[in-house]
Amino acid sequence: MARSQARVVVTGLGATTPVGGDVASTWESLLAGRSGVRKLTQEWVADLPVQIGAPAAVDPSEVLPRVEARRLDRSAQFAIICAREAWADAGFTGKASEAGLDPDRVGVVCASGIGGLTTLLSNYDQLRDAGPRRVSPLAIPMLMPNSPSANVSIELQARAGAHTPVSACSSGAEAIAYALDMIRLGRADVVVAGGAEAVISPLPIAAFANMMALSKRNDEPTAVSRPFDKNRDGFVLGEGGALMVLESAEHAEARGATIYAEVAGAGMSADAHHIAQPEPSGRGVITAIRKALTDAGLTPEDIAHVNCHATSTPAGDVAESVALNTVFGDRVTSIPVTAPKSMIGHLLGGAGAVESLATVLTLHHGLVPPTANVDDVDDDVNLDIVRTTPRKLDDGPLAALNDSFGFGGHNVVLAFRRA
Amino acid sequence: MASTEEIREGLAEIVNEITGVPAEDVQLDKSFTDDLDIDSLSMVEVVVAAEEKFGVKIPDEEVKNLATVGDAVTFIEKAGS
Repeated sequence: MARSQARVVVTGLGATTPVGGDVASTWESLLAGRSGVRKLTQEWVADLPVQIGAPAAVDPSEVLPRVEARRLDRSAQFAIICAREAWADAGFTGKASEAGLDPDRVGVVCASGIGGLTTLLSNYDQLRDAGPRRVSPLAIPMLMPNSPSANVSIELQARAGAHTPVSACSSGAEAIAYALDMIRLGRADVVVAGGAEAVISPLPIAAFANMMALSKRNDEPTAVSRPFDKNRDGFVLGEGGALMVLESAEHAEARGATIYAEVAGAGMSADAHHIAQPEPSGRGVITAIRKALTDAGLTPEDIAHVNCHATSTPAGDVAESVALNTVFGDRVTSIPVTAPKSMIGHLLGGAGAVESLATVLTLHHGLVPPTANVDDVDDDVNLDIVRTTPRKLDDGPLAALNDSFGFGGHNVVLAFRRA
Repeated sequence: MASTEEIREGLAEIVNEITGVPAEDVQLDKSFTDDLDIDSLSMVEVVVAAEEKFGVKIPDEEVKNLATVGDAVTFIEKAGS
């Protein structure tokens, strides 16, 4: 397949996560191996089999004005916070036209895994308890999954398009792949891309727990999310998000922007196997990795780091290791990998975005953050997992991958290259 | 029954809670859309909150006639009497 010639670079970063309210604090926590998982304190937690989660380190109510916040689902609140940080970090002030950009050349791709679920549930409570008149007229604009994307486009005056990929836990990475296409195809010069999620509430926790997807080890929250470890028993629900400003290299260079990394390519596939189980041979994952390498003009030998999807479920982590071993062969043990979900939990539609941001920073700073809680590596996992302290990467040109997989068999792999 | 001023004050409190517009700006001659910049969604929120606060019904087809704060206060006074 012919490769597009348009290079796409990352020029701005924004995040709010369980380990930090912005990019700097998130990155510092990741390098320190600090877990954001904790015992949940809400009253409703008492009846649930799972009583732990990774709530945002900084509640959006501390950042957004009250009136603005009440019109946004919590996931859109995260998206707006991320967008403002990323936009400013890219050197833009005000709406697109005020920032010297053509609004018709600015896009938004903000993913969601489940949409405004807590808004839906609280309005259902209103309907049941107080009647139809008390259902909020803001319910639909708040709960629709495209709400974060739409609100960011309104905020930034981004008119090239506002899109919302939905592919469960790979949605955030798919958003970046979509943004890459938009710029390569000449539909936009600047695209704010990523994802956000906010579903730490009783129904999703009960539902994920009943899927046997969540860890139920309620007594030791910071030790619970343990990707690749023998004693892993499921993921921990996290919340938050990340958005990155993607820009054509030409556009970024013309305005003298700071470039963090290049988004070199994307590879996507579907397992077509099972609605929740990973395909055990890793077939779909292998295909996605190979497509990403080809799209980026890279070979397996060029890859110096992999930011793993590794959610800490028994089957998923092994399938990812199998796939990486197939693609990289013997070289796999000399590629340092990390699994941020060990610290931030699983942000669902936000996961691929936060982890792509971590991959970009890993290349930018030449430091791979450690994976927490890997005390005893599973015998079926054969990877060079960075543990305890960050690992330094070589200087010079390097490339890295971010893996993201979603319930439904969605596989998205992104390739980043040091700028 | 509440006085005109009491209804205006109650409405101003609701408008402030929902839209952030300072309560002292919510005066009888102000237009909800042109002066107070309240959109149609927030207007529905204001109406429902007002129904609850003043124990009245404000039918949907009536809402478009409530251009100013004064219109709303008058409607509530009549509906409550």
